[in-house]
Amino acid sequence: MNEMESKPRMSRHHEVGLTDDQAIDMYRTMLLARRFDERVLLLQRAGKINFHVSGIGQEAAQVAAGFALDRTKDYFLPYYRDYGLVLSVGMTVRELMLSVFAKAEDPNSGGRQMPGHFGHKKLRIVTGSSPVTTQVPHAVGLALAAKMKGEKFVSFVTFGEGSSNQGDFHEGCNFAGVHKLPVIIMCENNQYAISVPIHKQIGGRIVDRAAGYGFPGYRVDGNDPLEVYQVVKEARERAIRGEGPTLIEAMMYRLSPHSTSDNDLAYRTKEEVDENRAKDGIPKYKQYLIDAGIWSEEKDTQLNVDIRAIIDDATNYGDKAPFPTPESTLLHVYDGDSEGGRA
Amino acid sequence: MPVMEYIEALRLAMREEMERDENVFVLGEDVGLKGGVFTTTKGLQQQFGEHRVMDTPLSESAIAGVAIGAAMYGMKPIAEMQYSDFMFPAANQIISEAAKIRYRSNNDWSCPVVIRAPIGGGIFGGLYHSQCPESVFFGTPGLKIVAPFTPYDAKGLLKAAVRDPDPVLFFENKKCYTLITGEVPETDYTVEIGKANVLREGDDITVISYSLPLHFALEAAEELQEEEGISAHILDLRTLQPLDKESIVEAVRRTGKVMIVHEDNKTGGIGAEVAAIIAEELLYELDAPIMRVCGPDVPAMPINPPGEKFFMLNKNKVKDAMRQLAIY
Repeated sequence: MNEMESKPRMSRHHEVGLTDDQAIDMYRTMLLARRFDERVLLLQRAGKINFHVSGIGQEAAQVAAGFALDRTKDYFLPYYRDYGLVLSVGMTVRELMLSVFAKAEDPNSGGRQMPGHFGHKKLRIVTGSSPVTTQVPHAVGLALAAKMKGEKFVSFVTFGEGSSNQGDFHEGCNFAGVHKLPVIIMCENNQYAISVPIHKQIGGRIVDRAAGYGFPGYRVDGNDPLEVYQVVKEARERAIRGEGPTLIEAMMYRLSPHSTSDNDLAYRTKEEVDENRAKDGIPKYKQYLIDAGIWSEEKDTQLNVDIRAIIDDATNYGDKAPFPTPESTLLHVYDGDSEGGRA
Repeated sequence: MPVMEYIEALRLAMREEMERDENVFVLGEDVGLKGGVFTTTKGLQQQFGEHRVMDTPLSESAIAGVAIGAAMYGMKPIAEMQYSDFMFPAANQIISEAAKIRYRSNNDWSCPVVIRAPIGGGIFGGLYHSQCPESVFFGTPGLKIVAPFTPYDAKGLLKAAVRDPDPVLFFENKKCYTLITGEVPETDYTVEIGKANVLREGDDITVISYSLPLHFALEAAEELQEEEGISAHILDLRTLQPLDKESIVEAVRRTGKVMIVHEDNKTGGIGAEVAAIIAEELLYELDAPIMRVCGPDVPAMPINPPGEKFFMLNKNKVKDAMRQLAIY
């Protein structure tokens, strides 16, 4: 780390296998996720929407992971802060805004679920719920299907460090380890489960749990997208070779409160938050791209303008889109009940 | 037509569905080489291999959750819970996930999983090998729940469950496994989910039930007809969710006197909902108060023989209640 700070390796992104364009595209996606998130916080504060759960501070790792996967084949099981991940794998800001405003056209849930509860079958983003970590066994089941059908895809699942204490994390990991399934299990360790800090959540280290399930675990700096990219890419290669699962613990910090209903300064200090804001992965990565000679402040200014236009358009679109009809509440309990009756 | 045990019919249904569709597979504890603790899956691993008849870790939430994940891909998993008493660790996966996947994704995703679980007592299983957990899952829209009482229904309903596009809880009765034999066609038939079945026509009283107690009711009805001239109309719910309201109403209207029988305890059981439907739809057509004959409201049945006998229904208990209703 110190060596890198004193003398940046200008071609680090090449070393991990990213072209200049891909490296820039990653940055663009992170910044898009950040600006989207900031806008939605404003919309909530302005009373336009009811609720937002933020992913600010976690975008670098989310986007890097998305870029390291096969976005035409793999299955993604995000948790509720993964705006960066779902944007990386093809969800649009309009689609996210439709979910934020709970509108009928929202592909995630048709305006049924809270924002951050992703799902998009065409993009292989698997529908999720609020009880945490239930998605880990689902990812294992998708990986089992890959193995049974001889298909070359992996499933990629994320969750927070608090969630890693749920039985489903352990049961899912164990099942995947026994059957050597192509699943990548990534904990976004943002140091807080709502108000409970990491030292009251976990006695040891999450990454070390991998050993107990018989597969490798890697702890990475979640604020360093190139490190995350590399470890996820290698995990994918192992999975495709039939060598089984990988656990990744990406270290990061939740810069936002847990949700718009949370006052985080009741349990942590502004100084602590500011200290971590200085480690934010996005400005650091921007500086890397500038130092590498493939990005500039001028380009950055233009990118911010472009992103603002995308978000303005999406906000407007989401705001104006119609709500679901009240009666549509009765639909899709079972297959074929589109007339509103029970199957 | 071949005559076989209830458990053989279940095995045959799985074999036929696995032969028909390579996406069908079985997973659970001890289902592989051993063929299940009751032998329900005996021989299947030998025929279809380890990957399609998979011994899982002892881990019910993973059995359900992995099956759900595979089902979302398009596989057709049959997940076995060794005893329904042990499916509670999987309850979050069943209730929060399987039941809501279609609804919460606005019909984008679906979860065609079958979860098989043996219910019921009378086998000296004590508190935790005897329960009827159907009321825990009943009332969760998005789940279908079936409970066969004959080999014919066991095969037909299991095949229908495998082909169903939504999650189905398949509650097979462990006391029926080898006790009940019956004719089972060799043909590829299914029993429609969501439809109740009239087992016996009669004019004096109506008995509505499902699973093992139907055998007691049928036997009692024959004796009451012969000995006392009481004519009983018997309806098998077959599917507990969604309930076949039309058939319930029709069966009650036939006699105006109704009794609901199940082994699950009385309070909050399926019978409570059936009674509520009857009260809503045709209270003033009743000639007697609705009667329920159920397991007592204790946590679960004891293992000591007098205690188990006290808890369990049998022909005489059902017969006495039927007579009481008839003479009301």
